[in-house]
Amino acid sequence: MKDQRLGLYVGLVLVIVSLIFMVSCAKHRDVSETAGGESREAVEKAGEKAGEAGEAGEAAISEEELAARKKAEARQAKEKAAKEKFVNENVYFGFDDASLTRKARRILSDKAEWLRDHPEQEVVIEGHCDERGTKEYNMALGQRRAESIKNYLVNAGIDSSRIDTISYGEERPVDPRHNEMAWAKNRRGEFRLK
Amino acid sequence: MNKKPICRLGLALLAAAFLWQAWGPPLCRAQAKYDYINISDPFLRKIPVAVPEFRSMTEPETEAKASARAADILTDGLTFSGYFEIIDRGAYLEDLQEKGIKGQDLNFDNWSDIGAELLITGGLWRYGDAVRLELRLFDTIKGELLFGKRYKGRIADMRRMIHRFCSEMVERFTGRTGLFDSRIVFIRKHGGDSSITVCDFDGHNPEQIVSSKAITLFPAWSPDGRRIAYTSYARGKPEIFVKELGAGGSPRISYDGVNITPTWVPGTGGKMAATLSVSGDEEIYLLTDSGKIDKRLTDSWGIDVSPSFSPDGSEMAFVSKRSGSPQVYIQELGSGDVRRLTYEGSYNTEPAWSPEGDRIAYSSMENGRADICVIGVDGGSRQQLTRDSGSNESPAWSPDGSLIVFSSTRSGKAKLYVMTASGTDQRPLLDMPGEQVLPDWSPAAAAE
Repeated sequence: MKDQRLGLYVGLVLVIVSLIFMVSCAKHRDVSETAGGESREAVEKAGEKAGEAGEAGEAAISEEELAARKKAEARQAKEKAAKEKFVNENVYFGFDDASLTRKARRILSDKAEWLRDHPEQEVVIEGHCDERGTKEYNMALGQRRAESIKNYLVNAGIDSSRIDTISYGEERPVDPRHNEMAWAKNRRGEFRLK
Repeated sequence: MNKKPICRLGLALLAAAFLWQAWGPPLCRAQAKYDYINISDPFLRKIPVAVPEFRSMTEPETEAKASARAADILTDGLTFSGYFEIIDRGAYLEDLQEKGIKGQDLNFDNWSDIGAELLITGGLWRYGDAVRLELRLFDTIKGELLFGKRYKGRIADMRRMIHRFCSEMVERFTGRTGLFDSRIVFIRKHGGDSSITVCDFDGHNPEQIVSSKAITLFPAWSPDGRRIAYTSYARGKPEIFVKELGAGGSPRISYDGVNITPTWVPGTGGKMAATLSVSGDEEIYLLTDSGKIDKRLTDSWGIDVSPSFSPDGSEMAFVSKRSGSPQVYIQELGSGDVRRLTYEGSYNTEPAWSPEGDRIAYSSMENGRADICVIGVDGGSRQQLTRDSGSNESPAWSPDGSLIVFSSTRSGKAKLYVMTASGTDQRPLLDMPGEQVLPDWSPAAAAE
């Protein structure tokens, strides 16, 4: 029995030692292989396999996944459109007037909502005038227009520290022509994100 | 004397670079009253003057050009003032090149016969770069010398010498001084650039002093003529800067919102007033000479803009929308009392207080086009000076109160024009590409 036990112990030790030796050899091989090109190929192959597996998986759950993805895309598109609308939709004014029309209020109500949904965004409101009237007065009028837009947004709950105003008077017309249509386009408030 | 190295002493001394001497009748005669000019409207009747070519006194061949040019500078200067009418040289019966330039050489009948009430004779001596001028003013009807002047200086200073003579003449006949030493600042827009440009009173020697891609507006001379305040978007928003002539500008006034329409308050040693919207409302503030808010001057909800002060600094004209449309108001600074000045029309802006203190020029808009008007500070005797000629804006008075410079779109793009304070003699100030707007006329002695 004793001999048998001793033989077993010796055998165990041998096994352990040989195992340790094998593992360390394997490690060495790994290192050398990683340094060579072989293993990269292997990794790439593995990747391909994983990809195949993924595709296969997607095919399997396509209905749900696609719907979700489409939904996300639609949300993004809508988000982008809302932002573009916020930036591109101007508010227009009457001649020598800084008060907000009903239409202007509707537009600003949407803008206030967008600003509430995006509390990280800061905005610059630009006040512009048409070429009629004098440069000095129009510079003040442009500021008045920007301020009246700002006041509306602040009253709608937007923190005033998020809103800056600037007047360009009659110096930056969008339409340089000298007629009623051009003037109407030029009497405007514009929105610029910081 | 003229060989002293004065010319090297710098621009500030340029004005002293030539000398002048006067001779003629004793002072008591010189101060005698003449009735050439109708004081209430001096431009109704211009005094007819004959200005023959100057006589070349040394080496005539080389001087002929200078003599002709000298006489032209004199005619242009007198014409520009609006008080004189120059009789065409083709009508002259006498040739001074042969007869001489002194009273004893002249037959005054030959001059009064062609309608000249005044005759100016000139002699020119040239020594290399130096020049000596003798100018004499004669009353052809009385047949007497009114005054004579002798000037010495560099040939480059000839314009200034002759303008000195013009200035003496205008003062003699109208009591007004300062036009011929003054300059005009304006904004020139050309090829995407906005520049602040300064030229002589008559549009000569335009010189760009600030140029920027940024919007630049509202240049205003300081009472000492050494600084120009203006609004610029150079740092992204409308701020007021002050340009020291001959030195770099520095940001001065930058509160939240607009910092616009700066002007200087006479008799305060450099205080300015401007429109700021720092309170959320466009109001006019008095500013210290370092640009800090000294005091809020207006207190009315709605636009208050474009201050212009009476010459003694006690009252301020400005534009306010407090009655529903932009109108000119006058505020007494001591008491704070405000009275409305303009009632005619629904858009009256850009007041400019006359140097004599009795009138205010402004622009009045109807159907999208503005015209320059003048009104007494008591609200009486309103006169419209421009009509049916594009949009006429931004009036500014010459320091002697005799002329008004303004911008007009009468020939398409906005350009600068000059007219007499009665609205006569409207003519372009200068001819340069691009748009020229927002002129301001310097006080009598602008720094160069």
